[in-house]
This record gives sequence, C-alpha cells and structure tokens, in this order.
Amino acid sequence: MVKFLPLKEAVTENLHDGDTVVFEGFTHLIPTAAAHEAIRQGFRDLTLIRMTPDLIYDQMIGMGMARKVVFSYLGNPGVGLLRRARDAIENGFPRSIEVEEHSHAGMANAYEAGAAGLPCAVFRGYLGAGLAAVNPNIKSVTCPFTGEVLAAVPAIRPDVTFIHAQKADRKGNVLVEGIIGIQKEAVLAAKRAVVTVEEVVDNFDDLHPNLTVLPSWTIAAISVVPGGSHPSYTHGYYERDNAAYLEWDEIAADRDRFQAWMQKNVIESSADDFAGRVEHLRKAA
Amino acid sequence: MSDADNLGFTPNEMMTIAASRALKSDDVCFVGIGAPSAACNVARLTHAPDITLIYESGTIGTAPDVLPLSIGDGELCDTAVTTVAVPEMFRYWLQGGRISIGFLGAAQLDKFGNINTTVIGDYAHPRTRLPGGGGAPEIATSSKQVYITVAQSKRGMVETIDFFTSFGHGEGGDHRKRLGIDTAGPTLLITDLAIWEPDPVTKEFTVVSLHPGVTREQVQETCGWTVKFAEALDETPAPTELELKTLRDLQARTRAAHQRTAKGKAA
Repeated sequence: MVKFLPLKEAVTENLHDGDTVVFEGFTHLIPTAAAHEAIRQGFRDLTLIRMTPDLIYDQMIGMGMARKVVFSYLGNPGVGLLRRARDAIENGFPRSIEVEEHSHAGMANAYEAGAAGLPCAVFRGYLGAGLAAVNPNIKSVTCPFTGEVLAAVPAIRPDVTFIHAQKADRKGNVLVEGIIGIQKEAVLAAKRAVVTVEEVVDNFDDLHPNLTVLPSWTIAAISVVPGGSHPSYTHGYYERDNAAYLEWDEIAADRDRFQAWMQKNVIESSADDFAGRVEHLRKAA
Repeated sequence: MSDADNLGFTPNEMMTIAASRALKSDDVCFVGIGAPSAACNVARLTHAPDITLIYESGTIGTAPDVLPLSIGDGELCDTAVTTVAVPEMFRYWLQGGRISIGFLGAAQLDKFGNINTTVIGDYAHPRTRLPGGGGAPEIATSSKQVYITVAQSKRGMVETIDFFTSFGHGEGGDHRKRLGIDTAGPTLLITDLAIWEPDPVTKEFTVVSLHPGVTREQVQETCGWTVKFAEALDETPAPTELELKTLRDLQARTRAAHQRTAKGKAA
C-alpha cells in the first residue's frame, strides 16, 4: 500500500547501497529533490540507469556514488557535455565507473519490456551502429516469420524508480502530464517506485479519462515536494530554468567549485528549499 | 569570415537558411537539437508552414515560438498537436516509418555521411567523452531520408570518424543495402560554405552549390578529406530579407528566453 512520507524517509526506506536505481524524467519532471536526498544520505555503489542522465547523475557521479551508469545520452541538453561524468570516465575521478551505453530507442524499448514483464526487447535498431560492437548487451534475434534480423536488449528491471509528477490524490493515485517521457514504464518496470509530487488534491474525479494516471498500488511512497524537479520543470506549475542549465556547465567544469556548490546547495539544504527555487519561474508556466 | 559583413549575412546564417529551404510543407521531420532545430523552424515560419516537426521527447507537430534549449522544453509540448510517450515515439512513429526527414547535426562527420557524437579517441579510454547518440542511431536508419547540417572544420569533417554513432553510407556504394537498411540515408549535407549531395553510385558527398562569396579553396581548407566538386557547380541564392529577419527574430527571442536571469536561485 502506498505511503505518504517525508522525502527523507521515502528515500531511506526504498534505496540501499548497491541498488540498481532509476531517476527518470525526459527533460521534463526530473526528480531532482529525490536525487539530492539520495546524495545527502550518501549511498554507495549504485547502478544508475537513465536515458538522459543530465545534471542529477553528473552530481551523483561527481560525489562518487555510482559504480555503473547505463544511459543513451550523457549530456547537458542543449548546453553540452556532463563534466563530472566525463571526469569519471576519462580520468577515473573521483572513482572509475562502468559504462553501458544504448540508443534512446534501445532504452525506451528496454523499459517497456521491463514494464511488460518480458526478459528482453526486440526492435529494429543499432543497424551499422558502433554501439553494438562495444556493448555486449546489444544482441540480435531473427524474426521467425520474416527472417528479418532485429536488435535485442535485456529488459530494464530496477530495484527502485524515482519520478516526479504533478499531483497525487488523497488515495495516492498519481497524475503525470505534458512530456510524459518514460515515467510510466520506469515505474512499472521497477520493484519499488517513489514519486515526488507538486501537490495533493482531494480526488481526480474531474480528470479526462485518458490521462496518464499511475494507480496508488503501483507506488511504494509519495512525497510532496513543491518545486521538486527544479531546474527541470513541471508542466502547469513552473517552467524550465534554462539559465541554471547554462550555469551548471561552469560549476561542473571545476572539481573544487563543484564540491563547494554541492556542499551549499545539496548537503546543507533540504527538500523544503525547492519551492523557493522555482518561485520566479511559476508565472510563465 | 572576412566578407560576411559585405554580404550582409554570416556563414552560419547562410547554413541555417539553406537548410531550411530543403524542407517542404508536407515533410514530417524528426528534429535534432541545435542547428537542425533552427533550420526546421525557419522553414516552418517561411515557406513550409504546414511542416510537421517532431522532437524525440514525444512532441508531434510542434510550433515553438522560441527555439528550445533542450529537446523537451515545455514550449514544444504546449504548441504540439499531440505529445506521446518516448517508447511510442520511437516504436510507432520512427520505427513505424512515419518520418520523411531525419535532421541531424554532427561532432564528427566523414565523406559518406557517417556521424560520430560518442567519443573522440578510443571508446574504452576516450580522449573526449561526448554525449553519445541519443535518438540518432535509429533516426539515421528509420527516417526515409537524412539531412545533415554542420559548420565546416578540419576537426569536424574527417577522413575517418572515431566511432560510428549513426550509420550513413558506411564505406559507400550499397553498404546500407548490404546491412539490410532499406531507407535512403544521408541525401543532403548543408554546411556554412556549401551544399553537398551524395554521388549516386559511390555515395561520397560532393559539393553541388557554393554559398555566395565562397571559393572551392575555402571549402577544401576547412575539410579533412579531398573534396569532390560537381561539374556544374551552382551558387546558393543569398538569404532573402524575409529569411534573414525570420531567423534573427527567432534567435533574439530565443536568447532572451534562455538567458533570463534566474532570480531567487539558491546558488
């Protein structure tokens, strides 16, 4: 049964050292507050999975929490590279990490297979692509009907998935809208799911019947964290802080500046600080 | 470029505008971020108002007022005909064969339109770890055609790319067919200096049109392979006033939106 918990407890109860963990959000609805709570609690040896790792995985990798990262786009979207992740891959700083790299199509299909309870995903992909030669998890199967050779990748089955969403009702059902990305598949593929939301409303009686609603019984814990996806955005609540993404490129470029920023904005902060960070971004959304 | 001021436009503006002209109103275009995004939206705002622009975040038929910084900015969703989940985007719309043009940029490009955005150097021990492919490996093989836009440099246009992120024409000739890829692949390359098309047989990109004021020597000096030129070489028409104004207005709106001071931020 879903529990409404303060974020600190939701993370403590559901994440453990050595877990395979997903913090999903395809540019939109990135669960930054949950990632920062995980950083404060100092987990180790995590396998981090995400299509577009961006800032929060740059931060977790830079803090030495990751043993392995599985991804399809290791960039700061529209800005450039992830400098802490690069430092780990190129120089082994602060520790070396294992890399498993896919295409978006590969990971999207792998999440879907995870949600569908299948052992692997089959799709038309990686044709002529170099990734197939460097990632042993990219294989092929032959269609028994047509003979077409198709790509196969193992399903993603995380121990725990974290997502951010617009709202929950009092029963713990969760609404996700806008660019819904891979949120639903990432939740249904996981053993446990933790959702941060902007707010809780009495009920979802007036919603359009075809909206993306995750039933309460698919979720382990919900935490109310207004602004919890900043500097990403929450459609209908506040817009993306593009200036913060541009600024991150400079912060992450320097090991000491990164540590100082993390100390001030993550270690010495809390989930309650997120609401203030999006105040100036609310009216335009 | 020294003569840019005399011409009244920059090489980058010429590149974006030349790229925009290649798109038609009935195209369904899967848009890469950066230069392709600017070109696609200039096309939409000028001669191709009904073009369907698709970004990999799942936004179909989007019409942003400012260029998105990322492929998932809220603006794309707000103005889209519909927004679908990411697995649906890749399974039904791209893999399903609905995309007429995949429009890609490149960190490294070779003469057969193969693209590297993954690593510079060895994959296991890279000199530079780039972001990787994202949606591009399948955009390159599932879109009916691929257009590529890139600013010319010897570092970017190389004889041999370090990693095959997205397959173009491979070693040239019928290499795509031999791998069971039945789409056309790269059919157009637009740089800041020229327009290139693949040779019908060898599939090597060949310059077919020089932008105004550009010489063959300039094209060769900024390219890492020996450039082939078509026998009948055209001159790309200069940007019209409308094209330039549309592009500059779009970029000014975009800069203002992205650089807006983040007041009250924690940092």
